[in-house]
Amino acid sequence: MTEFHLSTPLSKSDLDQLSTGDIVYLTGTVLTARDEAHARILEFTERGEELPFDLEGAAIYHCGPLMEQKDNKWEVVAAGPTTSARMSKMTPRLLERYNVTALIGKGGMNNVAGPLKGKCVYLAFTGGCAALAAENIQKVETVYWSDLGMPEAVWVLKVKNFGPLIVGIDAKGNDLFAKIDEKARNIFSRLI
Amino acid sequence: MTEDISYGIIVNSVVEILKKAQTGLPQDVIDALRKAQAQESSSIAREQLEAILRNIDIAGRKKIPLCQDTGILIFFVEIGRAVKLDFDIEAAIIEGARVATECIPLRPNAVDPLTRHNTGTNTGEGIPDIKYEFVEGDQIRITAAPKGAGSENMSALKMFNPTEADRIREFVLETVLKAGGKPCPPIIVGIGIGGSFDKAARLSKLALLEDTNKMDGFEVSILKDINSLGIGPMGLGGDTTALAVHVKKACCHTASLPVAVNIQCWANRHASVTLGGVK
Repeated sequence: MTEFHLSTPLSKSDLDQLSTGDIVYLTGTVLTARDEAHARILEFTERGEELPFDLEGAAIYHCGPLMEQKDNKWEVVAAGPTTSARMSKMTPRLLERYNVTALIGKGGMNNVAGPLKGKCVYLAFTGGCAALAAENIQKVETVYWSDLGMPEAVWVLKVKNFGPLIVGIDAKGNDLFAKIDEKARNIFSRLI
Repeated sequence: MTEDISYGIIVNSVVEILKKAQTGLPQDVIDALRKAQAQESSSIAREQLEAILRNIDIAGRKKIPLCQDTGILIFFVEIGRAVKLDFDIEAAIIEGARVATECIPLRPNAVDPLTRHNTGTNTGEGIPDIKYEFVEGDQIRITAAPKGAGSENMSALKMFNPTEADRIREFVLETVLKAGGKPCPPIIVGIGIGGSFDKAARLSKLALLEDTNKMDGFEVSILKDINSLGIGPMGLGGDTTALAVHVKKACCHTASLPVAVNIQCWANRHASVTLGGVK
């Protein structure tokens, strides 16, 4: 359980040194995307269209923030992670097309350790800790696809020492959530 | 003399209890989280519980919502039989929800179930969800219990055969196992047994309002089994998968045994106000 302070975009050596259970504090830029944004990104990909934002090296945050508009500027009120598993099916296709280096969310994802291997890590932020997350978000840069509604839009956020993030799935094929789940399944079958 | 209950008082009271519920937790939930943090053997789990306790502190100080998922808005309204209302109390509660969404603020979460169009106000067809009950007395008690989707999505209901009561424990454990880290553990598990298809679900939700630290022997034994699974805070492993288990029962048809399991994240947000009565 080593602690790392890293900047976006994560480099190949950043990815190589991270192992499941490590703690990361992230500084730089993150883009929020959840169900509807993932679906639209894949629609763009299928049509061969350019996205209005850049996903090269990007850190995607599974988050539907609570924002407030003051003097025509958006400010973060609360912005914790949403359940990442809902994005499990769409994520491999997204990673095939774009060089995303970090996924941030909560609760883990199903069957993505393979697609993440060698290129991306999954970082878990403590679910429900939206006030804590907001403390480490310095600025709302801009918003894309606001027609999807506040939770589903793509918000570009400047973060500083954003964390603690636990490496849930590393870039070496290890999945901490899957390990815990397997153990729990074994205990369950002994209990019943 | 009896205190007046007006439309305006209901609107303001609804805003106040929503603010209280969204920006802080009941003391019994905080106590249970602190106790869990003191007893955890896993360092990752302790880190998660530490973040949760820090988050509660920040939200309380800044008067901002604990979680960005401010939930769908659910209200339980107990109306004293002696209370006379000459206005539309439902309209007042809905207006309170709308005002609270703007002024706290709350995330607009209510969407059409099929088009997914967001109403922008947390109000709309059938929402907020308001349940009424008549009680003795001359007062009105309103409880706001906003519910996030992460935990609600992991809930389950099963219509058992009447002779299968011994399978209830397995069903609860299986529901928690399938949920894993997704509902933001440590969770609180509400179990509704009996009634009907919908009554069991309602009972399981009401069970979540019980005092976190008061459980009977059956509830404690299920809690022990759940925690032995080792799912832990946020599914990252540990001793604390659940803080509490609460069961509520109702008589049911001789041919059926409905069982509902409502999963609640650690942010078990609820707050109440009592209005009226002799002052």
